[in-house]
Amino acid sequence: MNTLRTRIEINGRQVEVPAGASVAAAIAQLGLSCRRSVTGQWRAPFCGMGVCFECRVQIDGIAQQRACMVPVSEGMQVLTDD
Amino acid sequence: MTERYDVLVIGAGPAGLAAAHAAATHGARVGLLDAQATAGGQVWRKDVRHVGPRQARRRMADALNHPHVTWLAQTRVVAVEQDGLLLEDTRRARRIEYGALILATGARELLLPFPGWTLPGVTGAGGLQALAKQGWPLAGRRVIVAGSGPLLLAVAATARRHGAIVLGIHEQASAGAVNRFACNLWRWPTKALQAVLLRGQLAGVPYRCGSVVRRATGEDTLRAIELDGPHGTERLECDQLAIGYGLLPNVELAQMLGCALQLDGAHPYVDVDSQQRTSVTGVYAAGELCGIGGRDSAGIEGAIAGHAAAGAVVDASLLRQRQHARSFAAALRQHFALDPRVRTLAEPNTLICRCEDVPLQALDGYTDARGAKLATRCGMGACQGRICGSALAELGRFPRSGQRPPLFPARLSTLGDIDLSSCHHQGSSA
Repeated sequence: MNTLRTRIEINGRQVEVPAGASVAAAIAQLGLSCRRSVTGQWRAPFCGMGVCFECRVQIDGIAQQRACMVPVSEGMQVLTDD
Repeated sequence: MTERYDVLVIGAGPAGLAAAHAAATHGARVGLLDAQATAGGQVWRKDVRHVGPRQARRRMADALNHPHVTWLAQTRVVAVEQDGLLLEDTRRARRIEYGALILATGARELLLPFPGWTLPGVTGAGGLQALAKQGWPLAGRRVIVAGSGPLLLAVAATARRHGAIVLGIHEQASAGAVNRFACNLWRWPTKALQAVLLRGQLAGVPYRCGSVVRRATGEDTLRAIELDGPHGTERLECDQLAIGYGLLPNVELAQMLGCALQLDGAHPYVDVDSQQRTSVTGVYAAGELCGIGGRDSAGIEGAIAGHAAAGAVVDASLLRQRQHARSFAAALRQHFALDPRVRTLAEPNTLICRCEDVPLQALDGYTDARGAKLATRCGMGACQGRICGSALAELGRFPRSGQRPPLFPARLSTLGDIDLSSCHHQGSSA
């Protein structure tokens, strides 16, 4: 059982997840979705393995990152759509 | 300076790990790369809360700790060049050249459209398993697992281990077909054992056959689903729907390299010979991209490809093992064949292309992917048609179009490095 935790910030809110967890997991922990579609619908992770691109968010200033493909690292700054 | 490996392996799942290890045992310098941060592929994906199976840990250690193997994590292929590949890692673009190339790009899920499938809370079946292993919070959440194939059992077991309340597993195949499959399992003892263990972990979870999810409902997130089963329709409230209709080979890189493909139903797989050689000299393929066969055949094919790519003789016993493992895949295909009603769930206003929000009715009248894309933007988004293109092929609309570089969306600085002179491999389709 993994007891190490990593703290990151999502839309300015702090969240703590197991070390090695994905950014997608941290976003879900706060009950948030990831992005708005081109017609404004909320979208969240769908394929879970980097294929569908539904979970795109901004991570440490770089836009269009797949949240399911990026492991959290201490102090990471994530922005979802609003 | 350009990096060079005797054997370059793309994908670090069961096939890629076995390939890298086999090639390295003959002294070849091997590069093993994967887009993910940790090795294991989808089936042996690392679980941040639980220790993985012993076989998976051993196979990973064998490959990654071998002195001749260089592990390249979070590295993805962007484009094909003369005798090499253009890659991108988390920081920069890089070129790698190779003597032989082994493709072990695995599979993704067949995800089919139905009303409400774009709602947050709806994921692939294997998709939910992958998310859970990466720490997605499931404790106390009401989960329904649906779609088709034995993967559904593994998904339900993973969800339960992560604290989910699994309300039920809904398999589209009929009870008769599933029973016939179960009665044949003794021919593959490791699979039979796996099934028994999974049933043990799923005590109390209903398993319904001939049951199809017709619709998901909710405002900004999933609230309930409608099921169409042998005893009529039923509405069930839930927090999470994990739904997948089996697996599809990831052939896009093979296609960019010019490897010959074959069709299994509506979906392509890579054609290989007994040594796992593709139609392109020096390029091998192993595992799911050669047709869905599961992790056992992936491991065996990976080993065959690794030995062959290193110029060694392949042991005849490996070839016999492959035949046996592949026969399991044939049984799977036969017994879990899709019920035609699964292809008719999308309504005229159901979004098919999730990247560009294109509804099914906008695609009426188009007979090829390129025409539909140019007129409606269907398949033009970030996933490059991997979801909608495969779904439309399964629905009988039209086949997916060819793969053009970049293989995945890449950074502008990387794209600036693409050598366009090798683009003749990709054909002319948009």
